[in-house]
Amino acid sequence: MAEMVKKATRESYGEALAELSEKYPQVVVLDADLAAATKSGVFKKACPERFIDCGIAECNMVGVAAGLAACGKIPFATSFAMFSTGRAYEQVRNSVGYPKLNVKIVGSHAGISVGEDGATHQCNEDLALMRTIPGMVVLNPADHYEMKAAVKAAIEHNGPVYIRLGRLAVNSFNNSDDYKFELGKGITLRAGKDITIVATGLMVSRALEAVKTLEEQGIDARLINIHTIKPLDRELIVKAAKETGKIITVEEHNVIGGLGDAVCDALCEEYPVPVIKIGVNDVYGHSGPAVDLLDEFGLNAAHIVEVTKKAITKRSL
Amino acid sequence: MNKTEKKELQKQACKVRMGAIEGVYNAKSGHPGGSLSAADLFTYLYFKEMKVDPKNPKDENRDRFVLSKGHCAPGLYAILALRGYFPMDEMKKLRHIGAMLQGHPDMKGTPGIDMSTGSLGQGVSAACGMAAAGKMDHKDYRVYSMLGDGEIEEGQVWEAAMFAAHQNLDNLCLVVDNNGLQIDGTVAEVGGPEPIDEKFRSFGFDVQVIDGHNFDEIEAAFNHAKTVKGQPSVIIAKTVKGKDVSYMENQVGWHGTAPNAEQYETAMQDLNKVLAGLEAE
Repeated sequence: MAEMVKKATRESYGEALAELSEKYPQVVVLDADLAAATKSGVFKKACPERFIDCGIAECNMVGVAAGLAACGKIPFATSFAMFSTGRAYEQVRNSVGYPKLNVKIVGSHAGISVGEDGATHQCNEDLALMRTIPGMVVLNPADHYEMKAAVKAAIEHNGPVYIRLGRLAVNSFNNSDDYKFELGKGITLRAGKDITIVATGLMVSRALEAVKTLEEQGIDARLINIHTIKPLDRELIVKAAKETGKIITVEEHNVIGGLGDAVCDALCEEYPVPVIKIGVNDVYGHSGPAVDLLDEFGLNAAHIVEVTKKAITKRSL
Repeated sequence: MNKTEKKELQKQACKVRMGAIEGVYNAKSGHPGGSLSAADLFTYLYFKEMKVDPKNPKDENRDRFVLSKGHCAPGLYAILALRGYFPMDEMKKLRHIGAMLQGHPDMKGTPGIDMSTGSLGQGVSAACGMAAAGKMDHKDYRVYSMLGDGEIEEGQVWEAAMFAAHQNLDNLCLVVDNNGLQIDGTVAEVGGPEPIDEKFRSFGFDVQVIDGHNFDEIEAAFNHAKTVKGQPSVIIAKTVKGKDVSYMENQVGWHGTAPNAEQYETAMQDLNKVLAGLEAE
């Protein structure tokens, strides 16, 4: 069993890039004056000749990444999610997505767990924005081991990929020895027949806590970890809907456009069942310590337990 | 360059203009004005300046061209056809459903197109990335990118300019097609990008201002740009929008309008007259 580590996925991202730098000489890492925070600086230290600080100019950074990719490089354009997917959205769409260039867009400090910086920096829209770009793979890894595997998978996938990174340290739950990351495949972390919880990113470890509590209270909840929001593992989701009848989605993202909507899209076409979306309910966040904000916005185990129990006891939602 | 060579380039430029008109007329939409103003620059780049091979359009050592003002695709497509990347007949299908030639350049589907562009201000950043890749790989290819003078109102252009100078991209040469007009009026009235030379100079560029229809000046400028070390270059080419089509010259309205059948005939007559004049010389 791998060592349990408590680490923010941004740290795992920086480590992964540095470790893989020799094996993949085409990898180039770009940042927009946030290398210390996004941890792309770990790669810079290991491999300074393949790191470009583009300054505070994210739109240009994404375009530069497109040009590098057009010449055979595998660029990782890194900034806070608010800027790499928000400010530079149109550049990602037109200069990366449309020509299908091999650029990896990386959004760190995603979600409200940025904390004290407040609403302007709390990007709860990145998954939605990136999902709408044709051909874009959207990744939201949940722990240290998953992030490291995801970075490798992103390098090996020829085409545009978005990777979401978190600022807050999170306990690892995957086992590095046998952990297998497959793009587009969800992972059933816990079998269960009463209801299915589908979680992504930071919320997976919290959902794990929730299913343990539910078990103690006699509720047999299934838990699925969706690290790839797009392409979504429809098969696994539909199977869960058929077998457990009700679905709860959990994400640190606006309930509009993210995991919850992706799951609803799949189910309403293939096997409609009631879905309850836990996420940021179409509001802006505000300043505060990350953990307190997650509690306030219902993004914790206790709230997942509460919502699940309510869903189980109600005949219809 | 000698007289014969210059005349040959002038004739090719005239054919670029004819090709652009042919395309826009058949598409019943598109951007003739800027395609005509840039025709001499396109011609010099593809027939004299750039190391490219139409038979091997993806050669990794080739010079690159990014049309940042992507709406002038009809002019670029015409020069690519004349250079042998694809048959000139494709121009007649421009912007049609299923056509290879999209409204704006698409690197996935068109041989010779090095970058998909069209949303203004973005191509120049990609050109910077290509130049940076060349530096990293110690390759000696050069990267050229053409911008509109209206286009440089986009903030991203100046992000890219700052980047190019900061990264010492002396393998990058920008060309501003300075025809003075944009959709809503003259650039002076609408966005005020002038003085363009001073702006680029203060951003760290080697700056040259030339007549963009004079092949001697065009040649001298590109030759000088190749000697510049440690900083990027920009050639600000003063041009006439709608050049050589009588009723289009310097007319704002011909930025993005297609000629009707009668106007098409007049345009072709105008251009044939130019061609005949060159041949008679």
